[in-house]
Amino acid sequence: MTYDERMQKVSVLGAAGKMGSGILLLTAVEMCNLSLKPENRGKSFVLYAIDISEEGLNGLMKYLKVQIRRIAEKKMVWLREVYAHRADLIENGQIIEEYIFDVMNLVRPITAIEAAFNSNLIFEAIAENQDFKVKIFKKIDQNNQGKPWIFTNTSSIPISVLNKEAGLDGRILGFHFYNPPAVQHLVELITIKENTRQMKEFAIAYAKSLKKVVVPSNDFAGFIGNGHFMRDALHCIAEAENLMKEFSFAESIYIINKISQDYLVRPMGIFQLIDYVGIDVVRFILAVMNPYNPSENLHSPLLDSLFDLNVKGGQNSDGSQKDGLLKYEKGKPVAVFDLQKRDYISISEFSAKCDEYLGALPEKWQPWKSVNFSKNKEELLKAYFAAIKGMDTVGAQLAKVCHNRSAQIGKQLVNSGVANSDEDVNTVLLTGFYHAYGPINNYLQ
Amino acid sequence: MKKMQKKIYMAAGYNTISMGTGRKEFNPKKERPGLEYYITEAGRGTLAQINGAVNVDESVIGNFMASRFNNQGHLAGFIPMIDEGLKFKPSIRVEAACASGGMALITGIKNVLAGADTVLTIGVEVQNTMKAIYGADVLAGAGWYKKRKEGHAYFFPDQFGKRAGAYFDKYGKDYTRKGLSRWYANAIENARLCPTAQEYHNTNPDPESTCFKMEPNGKSFVDYLNVLDCSKVSDAASAIAILSETGLIKCGIDRKDAVEVVGFATSERNITLEPSDLTVMETIKDAAHKALANAGVSIHDLATIETHDCFTIAGILSVEALGFAKPGEGADFVFKGNTARNGLIPINTTGGLIGWGHPTGGTGVHQAVTIWEQLTGRTGEAQIEISEKKPYGLSINMGGDDVSVVTIVYKKEL
Ligand SMILES: NC(=O)c1ccc[n+]([C@@H]2O[C@H](COP(=O)([O-])OP(=O)(O)OC[C@H]3O[C@@H](n4cnc5c(N)ncnc54)[C@H](O)[C@@H]3O)[C@@H](O)[C@H]2O)c1
Repeated sequence: MTYDERMQKVSVLGAAGKMGSGILLLTAVEMCNLSLKPENRGKSFVLYAIDISEEGLNGLMKYLKVQIRRIAEKKMVWLREVYAHRADLIENGQIIEEYIFDVMNLVRPITAIEAAFNSNLIFEAIAENQDFKVKIFKKIDQNNQGKPWIFTNTSSIPISVLNKEAGLDGRILGFHFYNPPAVQHLVELITIKENTRQMKEFAIAYAKSLKKVVVPSNDFAGFIGNGHFMRDALHCIAEAENLMKEFSFAESIYIINKISQDYLVRPMGIFQLIDYVGIDVVRFILAVMNPYNPSENLHSPLLDSLFDLNVKGGQNSDGSQKDGLLKYEKGKPVAVFDLQKRDYISISEFSAKCDEYLGALPEKWQPWKSVNFSKNKEELLKAYFAAIKGMDTVGAQLAKVCHNRSAQIGKQLVNSGVANSDEDVNTVLLTGFYHAYGPINNYLQ
Repeated sequence: MKKMQKKIYMAAGYNTISMGTGRKEFNPKKERPGLEYYITEAGRGTLAQINGAVNVDESVIGNFMASRFNNQGHLAGFIPMIDEGLKFKPSIRVEAACASGGMALITGIKNVLAGADTVLTIGVEVQNTMKAIYGADVLAGAGWYKKRKEGHAYFFPDQFGKRAGAYFDKYGKDYTRKGLSRWYANAIENARLCPTAQEYHNTNPDPESTCFKMEPNGKSFVDYLNVLDCSKVSDAASAIAILSETGLIKCGIDRKDAVEVVGFATSERNITLEPSDLTVMETIKDAAHKALANAGVSIHDLATIETHDCFTIAGILSVEALGFAKPGEGADFVFKGNTARNGLIPINTTGGLIGWGHPTGGTGVHQAVTIWEQLTGRTGEAQIEISEKKPYGLSINMGGDDVSVVTIVYKKEL
């Protein structure tokens, strides 16, 4: 089966979800582009958008319409060529409308899983639950005569486990998009030894077509991205807990969030990132990873307590941030949850005290935003960390500890065989987490 | 048009801000003022300088495509909205694509020649109602619709890009792009001196090299021009009064505060034909020389020019069409600084279409206002020196790809 043939019948499971909707959008656009190739004219391309939520599917179709327009507007030069043979389509506006229709026209929103019984390729992005995933894969595979390929978006469950439990004979691989799939350039590709060469090649071709950066990850729970993030988060939680001997809960969280954002020159602090992903999701991923890493304790009672108090973070359906460990106004943290008081305490009440404790940032410091997009990024970072290295303020000490731990986690991912190289780890953090630099570096040496 | 049969003046000019990307206050996501706002602001700006609407005999409004940008036709009906005093007075809307503003001026001049004493002339366009990719469809209406299908996504940038490409082929790419980049830098540097200009807030320390380094990319835009070579999408209106000698007296305007219109021309090329030579703007050449001949002046008598640089290449080609440089030497003439504000012939002293902005149907009137400001010494920081030996100004307003051209020669009252 050629690439184009395989792409003629595709399903996305969980298509109305955060990840599923993005995967559906990208796949629908890719399929439509294939269908517009002269040699494919007249062939049918069908994409089932499968989800149990009717409401979600309604929202999905609206989301698609808006997003396809945006995509079309950016490739007008190409679209005019593609529709050159259509004498009735003259203006950009007409061509864009037609393209939106052509993409939407191959999407079939549906709640019945049976729709996947006829697909060659199935993307899966339902909730992170091993039993659910296995059950659905089994059902589809038993009813689909075409021996379909399954690309799962699981964040943490080992692919070989899903393969074995669902009896898929190697017809599954991990195709791990980052949130939101339509924006983030990174895909972690997790293959297992049972995968055929064709399947791997197809996955790479598909990722390339979507203009994604592919980083191969080996099949260890959490893979590279969460492998780093979860351990980094646990370390920062431990640092914060350490501070709690002297500072209140909220103050400690504030201090480490500041260290991990400002001092480490990252786009957001670690606790904001935990809120962004969702405290529930982080807990869940930890729970999946923990049994596979018996020498570590990948678990946080602090996150459990927050979860029990219904402090969860995550995002609203419009993409805005829900309150979690931090409380947000227009996307910016303004208060910190205090576990003792069970309420948010305004940052302005204690920030001066904490900032004084940390000491001043080095003069060479610039925020992530100005460093990351600077032409002299490398020099700025070198100069900044050289300054940090020579300082002994509490802030600089904590920054060094957190920076070194992040590097150590990166190394550990390579040494334990999760990642093939330092560079792969760095690419994941640079592209998937928008860090200005990879964790494995020699800035402090 | 031969010699002016009667003395005609312009005075009481007014420009709104040219709103669009580049202005700090511009936010594409927020609702913005529409046609009504711009027409009113500009119209009232002029009325305030001529002692009110009672002195207006007739009005003309130039606009290109409000019918599509704003779903609004019938613009003459907005004239009495400016001021109660305009109710029941004659009002007309004229259209000649991007030369609509210029054509409004010519209509006003002809009205005065026909007996009116004061004509309120306005040009307006509000284009930020849609994204540029759809705006390109609307603007393509300045070309022949039967060519739209085979045309580019960015229709006009591509048309003029082809002119740039032909110039590259004939005279060298880097040589040409040096000239284009200097043209861009002049536009930005002049616009920074004019508070209503769209590029007024531009702080790029070296616009010339920014433009030069930005290689044209046909995959995302067009083959031979980059986005800086193009005028921007603008919302703006300009207004000016066109007056007879009696009109000046009635409105209480001192001659020193007015400019005299000493010559004008309009010229038209067949829209269904391609230009006979892509490196020549033949209609501009024709119209400019006719207007200068009418006025009995040569290009060496000009203190300043407002020319229609919808694209940098159009600027270079107009310099050649006017005769300041031989074919192929325009790029060098501009590169050497001859058209800068302190050069041999200062052109587009408040930024022109690229720097001040290009509210398509309003541009022609904006050009007249700028020349009036320069010749009467009201240009503020952007004021250039006007010597008594060279008391003339020229405006060139073009519709489509060198299809409709309006040229006017103005004289400072000595
Ligand atoms: N959110 C992230 O940042 C992120 C990043 C990478 C990977 N992932 C992974 O992607 C997957 C989905 O995560 P999400 O955040 O998009 O979750 P989500 O809750 O937003 O979406 C899940 C969707 O699946 C649907 N669904 C649930 N059970 C179903 C079933 N039996 N059949 C069909 N549809 C069903 C739900 O209605 C929902 O629309 C998980 O495996 C997660 O680990 C998430």
